[in-house]
Amino acid sequence: MTDHSMNDHQLDERANRNRLMKRIALRLGLYTLLILFALYYLMPLFVMVVTSLKSLDEIRTGSLLSLPREIDFSSWGKAWSGACTGIQCNGLQPYFWNSVLLSIPAVAISTLLGAINGYVLAQWRFKGSNILFALMLFGCFIPFQVVLLPMAITLGALKIAGTIPGLMLVHIVYGIGFTTLFFRNFYVTIPQELVKAAKVDGAGFFRIFFSIFLPVSPPIIVVTVIWQFTQIWNDFLFGVSFSQAGTQPITVALNNIVNATTGVKEYNVDMAAAIIAALPTLLVYVVAGKYFIRGLTAGSVKG
Amino acid sequence: MTDWLEKHVPKLVLAPSLIAIFVFVYGFIGWTAYVSFTKSRLLPKYDLVGPIQYEKLAASPRWEVALTNLAIFGILFILFATVIGLILAIMLDQKIRTEGPLRTIYLYPMALSFIVTGTAWKWILNPGLGIESVFRDMGFENFTFDWLVNPDLAIYTVVIAGVWQSSGFVMALFLAGLRSVDGEIIRAAMVDGISTPRIYMSIIIPSMAPIFLSSFIVLSHLAIKSFDLVIALTGGGPGYATDLPATYMYAMAFSRGDIGQAASSATVMMMIVTAIIVPYLYSELRPRHD
Repeated sequence: MTDHSMNDHQLDERANRNRLMKRIALRLGLYTLLILFALYYLMPLFVMVVTSLKSLDEIRTGSLLSLPREIDFSSWGKAWSGACTGIQCNGLQPYFWNSVLLSIPAVAISTLLGAINGYVLAQWRFKGSNILFALMLFGCFIPFQVVLLPMAITLGALKIAGTIPGLMLVHIVYGIGFTTLFFRNFYVTIPQELVKAAKVDGAGFFRIFFSIFLPVSPPIIVVTVIWQFTQIWNDFLFGVSFSQAGTQPITVALNNIVNATTGVKEYNVDMAAAIIAALPTLLVYVVAGKYFIRGLTAGSVKG
Repeated sequence: MTDWLEKHVPKLVLAPSLIAIFVFVYGFIGWTAYVSFTKSRLLPKYDLVGPIQYEKLAASPRWEVALTNLAIFGILFILFATVIGLILAIMLDQKIRTEGPLRTIYLYPMALSFIVTGTAWKWILNPGLGIESVFRDMGFENFTFDWLVNPDLAIYTVVIAGVWQSSGFVMALFLAGLRSVDGEIIRAAMVDGISTPRIYMSIIIPSMAPIFLSSFIVLSHLAIKSFDLVIALTGGGPGYATDLPATYMYAMAFSRGDIGQAASSATVMMMIVTAIIVPYLYSELRPRHD
């Protein structure tokens, strides 16, 4: 009797141990896969960084994935202030500042317009306002090729073709749809009774906006600013279509450096330039990733 | 007067943006569609002549390549980004201790410009100095990986780089979806002794149909608009082997000086996007009564 129960007990223990081993093996496999994927995503960044720190000689003789034998920062200096984007050889520096000069006002203005539009569309609805919202939203999704030609003609007629203010106007106009969407979906969650009560107390349209809505808006402002900044900084199509030598944004300059046909192909300078062009948005992502992701998903999942 | 102003202030505030959208979105679409029915070349002409630009498009081998590439790129890009994104999301949903850092790593490519991504992958896929040399150094001396310069295979390099950039985003969408699945149902299924893979296959994944739709919309939209990635990675080459409608349109508009072809190809792109987006927006914005 006792013997029998002992056996049962041992069997149970063995089964338990087997189950535990299986669980551990599964977890191990899972973590291995997750790490392999992480390596796959990190590989291009790693290759960019190590290539930018190698000399051209080492690039030609060494391996793509090997660490630099001696660290050489000279290609970073060249990418910043000496690489050629065609006939000019001033590096990325002037174009970096073009992008800064372009994106700050464009982000500020489109965010401001989005806030006030979103406020109207969420809290001051009128007949047809939902249709107007849908029409604005559709503007976010058009392939911009369909507006390139008339925009080029319009910018020419306004005498701002090839200028930074011209490009700014383009980014503001085609950014309004998304900024409006962000603020509208955020303000819609604020109870309408609040506005009604404030109206009874005699507060007007702007008073209610500034004293009730704006103070609760910082999270959505952060999401919108990050979204717009990433879009405008990373844009290439508008930049390449509506700028000229001297007013080009950084993405266009980077592409010109990489595809410059004169002289020796300097892969280390190309990679340093690519990292410089990516740094601002990467930095924003690392510092405020949560808000970045919220912006990404807000456009595609009904909140 | 002040009463009138007070009453109409919301509309007045909205007006500038609306006017801008009507002119710069709808007016411009109308202009492009109109010009696509004219004989415009270097300068726009405004006499309607019928669908000759579309006939020219249909007869153009380059446009045919662009459409075929869009189909190849679109299907593979959407398929791989969705599958990888879903797998990553499910794996990350298993109470992984390092979820935060892993998620950050999977998603960072979305913060990069397609020009940066293209530049990086152009270097990695470089025949001779790139991945090819890594494998040759490992002892596979006859290993060749020259897709980037092979007209038949170059389009697949665009898929590789595109999936690398966008799959993390799909993961984020699915992860958000997985987190909102009702835990009660899953616990009940587990109590009933249903295995985890079965729970995923028959309960969790089917419940995420709306997220499949969202990611399909976003990815197909990205695929149709793809321009920067191709320009940075292959420049549309070799020859025009990796042209997409977006690069075809740009080449016609800004280097060939053929406004008619540019307008008609842009209009075709617009129609493809509309066919996908309008039903989606309609279903998203329709008032719900649940």
